[in-house]
Amino acid sequence: MNLMSFAPALPEIFVLVMVSLILVIDAAVDDSKRYLAFVLSLATLAGAAFLTARDLSTMPVLALNGLFIDDPLSDVLKLFLYLTTAVVLVYSRDYLRQRGLYKGEFFVLALFALLGMMVMVSASHFLTLYLGLELLALSLYAMVALQRDSSIATEAAMKYFVLGALASGMLLYGMSMVYGVTGSLALADIAQNLADGTDLRIPLVFGIVFIVAGLAFKLGAVPFHMWLPDVYHGAPTAMTLFIGSAPKIAAFAFVVRILGEGLESQVAEWRDMLVILAVLSMAVGNIAAIAQSNLKRMFAYSTISHMGFMLLGILAGTQNGYGSAMFYVIVYALMSLGGFGMILLLSRAGFESDRLDDFRGLNRKSPWLAFIMLLLMFSMAGIPPTVGFYAKLSVLQAVVEIGHVWLAVVAVVFSLVGAFYYLRIVKLMYFDEPHDSTTVSASFDARALMSANGLAVLVLGVLPQPLMAVCLHAVGASF
Amino acid sequence: MSEHILTFVVWLPILAGVLVLATGSDRNAPLARWIALAGALAGLAVAIPLASGFDTSTSAMQFVEKAPWIPAFNVFYHLGVDGISMPLILLNSFTTVLVVIAGWQVIQDRVAQYMAAFLIMSGLINGAFAALDGILFYVFFEGMLIPLYLIVGVWGGPNRVYAAFKFFLYTLAGSLLMLVSFIYLYFQSGGSFDIQTWHTTTLGMTAQTLMFFAFLLAFGVKVPMWPVHTWLPDAHVEAPTGGSVVLAAITLKVGAYGFLRFILPIVPDASHELAWLVITLSLIAVAYIGLVALAQSDMKKLIAYSSIAHMGFVTLGFFLFNPLGVEGGLVQMISHGFVSAALFLCIGVMYDRLHSRQIKDYGGLVHKMPVFAAFFMLFAMANAGLPATSGFVGEFMVIMAAVEVNFWYAFVAATTLIFGAAYTLWMYKRVVFGKVTNPHVEAMSDLNAREWLLMTVLAVCVLGMGLYPKPFTDVMHVSVVDLLAHVAQSKLP
Repeated sequence: MNLMSFAPALPEIFVLVMVSLILVIDAAVDDSKRYLAFVLSLATLAGAAFLTARDLSTMPVLALNGLFIDDPLSDVLKLFLYLTTAVVLVYSRDYLRQRGLYKGEFFVLALFALLGMMVMVSASHFLTLYLGLELLALSLYAMVALQRDSSIATEAAMKYFVLGALASGMLLYGMSMVYGVTGSLALADIAQNLADGTDLRIPLVFGIVFIVAGLAFKLGAVPFHMWLPDVYHGAPTAMTLFIGSAPKIAAFAFVVRILGEGLESQVAEWRDMLVILAVLSMAVGNIAAIAQSNLKRMFAYSTISHMGFMLLGILAGTQNGYGSAMFYVIVYALMSLGGFGMILLLSRAGFESDRLDDFRGLNRKSPWLAFIMLLLMFSMAGIPPTVGFYAKLSVLQAVVEIGHVWLAVVAVVFSLVGAFYYLRIVKLMYFDEPHDSTTVSASFDARALMSANGLAVLVLGVLPQPLMAVCLHAVGASF
Repeated sequence: MSEHILTFVVWLPILAGVLVLATGSDRNAPLARWIALAGALAGLAVAIPLASGFDTSTSAMQFVEKAPWIPAFNVFYHLGVDGISMPLILLNSFTTVLVVIAGWQVIQDRVAQYMAAFLIMSGLINGAFAALDGILFYVFFEGMLIPLYLIVGVWGGPNRVYAAFKFFLYTLAGSLLMLVSFIYLYFQSGGSFDIQTWHTTTLGMTAQTLMFFAFLLAFGVKVPMWPVHTWLPDAHVEAPTGGSVVLAAITLKVGAYGFLRFILPIVPDASHELAWLVITLSLIAVAYIGLVALAQSDMKKLIAYSSIAHMGFVTLGFFLFNPLGVEGGLVQMISHGFVSAALFLCIGVMYDRLHSRQIKDYGGLVHKMPVFAAFFMLFAMANAGLPATSGFVGEFMVIMAAVEVNFWYAFVAATTLIFGAAYTLWMYKRVVFGKVTNPHVEAMSDLNAREWLLMTVLAVCVLGMGLYPKPFTDVMHVSVVDLLAHVAQSKLP
């Protein structure tokens, strides 16, 4: 193995080196220079983005003895991962500072999580997939627990850890079954082996069941969603923002790599499982969200329903379906960033702004931020002309294409239910009067970024073609 | 400019709305009002070439614009109008001007947002009428819910939140199923969202029937047809005057327009098969809702129910499958646009002075507001379908068409002439005539210049259309005949 064979993994190596550097530098400086870690983290993201963008692949390249793959799908997803992480860092800076969490650990953990996600999207082997997943998960557990004097955060971290470990166990068990059937851990070999046919149907289906269950845990699909509302609610909002955005993109890659690439020929087996997961997620997510009075919990349930929608695209099992699921998940990350970001922007020292009531009369206090939130809410509800509509449209057409019209009907019925609780936020902001006279005191850069985030939802809604083309192209060139 | 008229018609009001929004807080309210008026007038001005340059001898789409929009889904930015949609666009642009003027003094809170919501909605509605691509249509059709939701919810009456939610969720429920139908049609037509392509797509009977119901729900809720009409009285009662005007005059028409653009040509066999259903529902709306209107004590509710009854005429006319009926329905749509706008403005005039919509709070208005009483009389008569007003033309055409098909349809439909006269004139009598019993009525002043202008313009429209409807029917005729010829052909494989 010569040095050049590491080239496809250059962004990962760069991120790793930078994280180590930040860890050392941060330990050496005092509190007044804490911004160094922040600036260096953003620089890391910019550098990684540069390295990825410099070397955009037009076709899949295997590296590191088949453990690692560099294809258009991974490049595009990584770019969005950098972007999402950068936005998270900017949104959460003031929040962290006010709560004494503005420490090097946060940045280091976030970057380690990013590294884990990068490995996940570029994995072509069960081992690397699992490696990336665990790196991500362990970083997230620690992030949730970072506010160590908060009992609710600690509880959330504990729940997250225990259930996450259980899910990982299931996933590994499923992978070992598939290994037993195919004799390989490399996704390409597994696909080849299964396409040739196997008479070990029962262990294979067993393995698939465990893998799908493990994936459903990680995605937060019903009935494996129990951890999600508690973790979203309990974690400090900055961590929730992170958990709710970038990892979803990585999870999409993870699911598509395993099901769409490795187990491609078994689509008939896993499609029905995903149908059940998707329908249940849309139902439970949307219905339970109505009953929430805490915005973070509400978004948690809304996440569950959005993951159900994304699964619609994946279960189609076509390139068109994967492309639309990818579009969906990127759009979702954008909306989720905006939604949680808004909570962060409106919070102050000693005030979390995470109850629905805290949004009452926002239009009086800050018409601009209320308008941005309005766009985000209508986008999440899937009302045109926001981009959320095209995300729904694309996954719906993917399921209609494979003849599951009824599934599309079920999906729209539940999105109607979902519209109710998004509308309620708009109602609180616009129809009600504020019950206090505090003003919004967000920093300028966070405000500017939030404006860009909200307007992106509208602009991509008027002109969805570029993003959609990128997604379809990335999927088309990688499979 | 000339080849992009429709783009201007759609986007000019929206841009004006954004501009109005940019004036910000209520400190700049006068500026917001003037920009809004300029935007509305400009929107009307750019729409006029549609009428003056319209070729009444062809049923083909005119002023067509087509450009790729989302190639990934084969979606086009495809606009065009025919004799069915052109008058509706003009009606909408015209109504927007009225609405801006109507809210001039009444709206004092968040003026910029109010005006902007109406202008943006006006552009979106024009877009829905002009769109020839399914997804483009859907975007405009759904997009208009957002401003209307805010209009009802922010500037509405005491029960506005309930009304806004009900309105939004009802309409969304219908349109989501329509979206699934669109996607299904996309695959059936070999990957096209083009509405005119869908008109020629062959479809089996089961698919047609299911789609018929999806479309019926989507557009039936908007019209609204009995029994999915219950959102309308709530929304009307709680909406500000301008909101009621737009709701009654325009958004209901989008639903009826959907019948002609989507249901009849895309699923003609199911439409013929299930025409009895629509006719029955329409007749129930005409007769039963007419009776319901009679029992109302709130004037806005009364007019809202009367709108439902009148729209029942429209849908009845459409499903008689003869040119007279369809044209009668279209004339009725436009006439109802004028008449209902005028009546809601009349109620607005009274509400601004007394802050009550209850019939019992009024009485003897003619002593204090004689000019107003005269205008109100004219519009009330038009609502009752008096000959020489626009209200008569459409109803008469539809009843004539119904006689040709089935005498009993015509019989039930004709009861509207009785009920309509009964509820409108009875309300008029209680509000305007009699002695002044409420001391507050004593203090009411007659129309100011702004209100006078609004009433005069509408009175001219109502009388003009009633006395000489030919320009309207001329514009529609060729398109309607062509549509019906198309609907007569089976699309079964």
